[in-house]
Amino acid sequence: MQKFTIHRGYAIPLKLSNVDTDQIIPAKFCVGSSKFGHEKALFSHWREDPQFVLNKKEHGKASILIAGDAFGIGSSREYAVWALQNYGFKVIIASGYGDIFYNNALANGLLTIILPLSFIKNLWDLIEQFPNTEVTIDLLTQKVQALHLNHLFIIDEHIRERLLTAMDMIDCTLENIHNIIAYEKKHFKTCEK
Amino acid sequence: MGFTIAEKIWNNHKVFNINSKEDLIYIDLHLLHEVNTPQAFDILRNKNLKVRQPNLTIGTEDHNTPTQSIDKIIDNPVGLHQINMLRKNCAEFNIPLYRLGEPGQGIVHVIAPELGLTRPGMTIACCDSHTCTQGAFGTLAFGIGTTQVAHILATQTLALHLFKKMVITINNQLQNGITAKDLALTIISKIGVFGGKGYIVEYRGEAIMNMSMEARMTLCNMSIEFGAYTSIIAPDETTFLYLKKSANIEPYIFEEQVEHWRTLQSDKDAIFDKEVILDASTITSHVSWGTNPSQSVPLTGCIPNLESFATEELRKEAELSLDYMKLQPGTAMRDIPIDVVFVGSCTNGRIEDLRIVSEILKGHKVSKTVDMIIVPGSFAVRQQAIAEGLDKIFYEAGADFRSLAGCSMCVGLNDDKLKENHRSASTTNRSFQGRQGKGSFTHIVSPPVAAATAIMGRLASPADLID
Repeated sequence: MQKFTIHRGYAIPLKLSNVDTDQIIPAKFCVGSSKFGHEKALFSHWREDPQFVLNKKEHGKASILIAGDAFGIGSSREYAVWALQNYGFKVIIASGYGDIFYNNALANGLLTIILPLSFIKNLWDLIEQFPNTEVTIDLLTQKVQALHLNHLFIIDEHIRERLLTAMDMIDCTLENIHNIIAYEKKHFKTCEK
Repeated sequence: MGFTIAEKIWNNHKVFNINSKEDLIYIDLHLLHEVNTPQAFDILRNKNLKVRQPNLTIGTEDHNTPTQSIDKIIDNPVGLHQINMLRKNCAEFNIPLYRLGEPGQGIVHVIAPELGLTRPGMTIACCDSHTCTQGAFGTLAFGIGTTQVAHILATQTLALHLFKKMVITINNQLQNGITAKDLALTIISKIGVFGGKGYIVEYRGEAIMNMSMEARMTLCNMSIEFGAYTSIIAPDETTFLYLKKSANIEPYIFEEQVEHWRTLQSDKDAIFDKEVILDASTITSHVSWGTNPSQSVPLTGCIPNLESFATEELRKEAELSLDYMKLQPGTAMRDIPIDVVFVGSCTNGRIEDLRIVSEILKGHKVSKTVDMIIVPGSFAVRQQAIAEGLDKIFYEAGADFRSLAGCSMCVGLNDDKLKENHRSASTTNRSFQGRQGKGSFTHIVSPPVAAATAIMGRLASPADLID
């Protein structure tokens, strides 16, 4: 996991809501035992359509995915996050996320920003008209900017801190292992009763 | 102010408060399957850590396992690799594993209750979104990702964000032949795929009290399909009776346990953030028509006209769904022909589901235009079905009752896939594009509708067989 502070890149408008993780990566590609090498499987069914937005030449270098509402619902497969990252995405913008996907994304340092659908639609229009628009996502100032469009985004301060410092949750919890040991002593005694 | 059952269990398992939004929650039971775990064990190895509580952890092989014959395991090298990884990891870290074809094996959400591992008041986690199934026993059960699996393996805890509280009260009784599946589809169609986001949902009311444990599991299983954090049903006499058979606890200890389990109720003065009330007696057989589980209608109904949707967004969603499903608005659901009927999955792969299907199939033949596949949810479900002679009924009707348990055609990770342009009626939980096979179409149905559909060759209810 890498620290996230600011990202500048091109964006891709995925003008859909309720994109489930079966679409992000079909189950048959959730294979192997690595977090890497899943880029070809990303949206693989949809990519068979030459008109699908990921296949458009003008969006070839995109690193920011802008979807509608309820992105990443359904299956808990973390392969969905890995496939997005392996393809080159650093940031997802949507107006909402499936809970498990959201947790998985943050655990891997994939920034998932929540913005109102009205602003997302403005971004889609802008990117469609000018695909070479550079979009800036600044986690320090919590701001998204693309040409004249800009919007502040809200992110939980603790999640923001984790992304800024690339904090590892396991290491963090293990620092408090004494609390877990104390809890287990009490808990197992109660369970035995 | 009183507490909800979810708050009581949560507070009992709170190790400490991480920050204003999250608690560190102790996990009593951690369930593993082969697909979403190899990377978690690598995280552990890279940090040179051990599994903190291997005795609170179990593994099973269910997602990419064959259902026809154990020899076929080698036909799917990609799946076999993950199975071998799980076998190696469980052996290395001393985790009990239920291997394909052995007693105890089956779909993770089916076996945990069967083995008596799922008990009221527990916290459970599994690398699978349908873990909410276990809430039927008055547990808090969470579907998680692979990094979180590693976190539990290393610490036996999970950092969980605080939750909102929803109660869904189902008054009155379900009509004869109407199942928990129809109720679940009705709820999802009313509140949408995102309506439960952030909520731990408690189901209660007369209809819930009258449900078997199998039916409660079906209902809780589908809670993720409206985006719920998880769901729960307070334990009662039905729960205790099930556990008396499954849990293998000394009688005098069991009575003590029951006394404790009885306290796991939401207090009368507990406050919920949201309440949904439904009248069970008004609910009829529901079937999905679209590519998400909220797009469903009564079986007697038609695919909605596009003008009927409340918002532009919903209308656009419906249009895209119908375009994929190759269906037209206004089509009567019962006019939709079906190529494959699949009975199984963590939603409806239990013995009660197989009994319902066999009762309807008895004395009938599966339509010549339909392939009917029945996959038991577990080794034990299959054994019980054979003991009751259900296998003979399936055979005589022309249905293919598979010899091994697993997720099978629900997720299409083994060779049980739908062919392109084939249309299924499935007792599963998701009608997402291509989930059962690339370019295939899924209609989610209840077990009785699945059985009647197999006989009629089109979406049908058991009542249609008499006409």
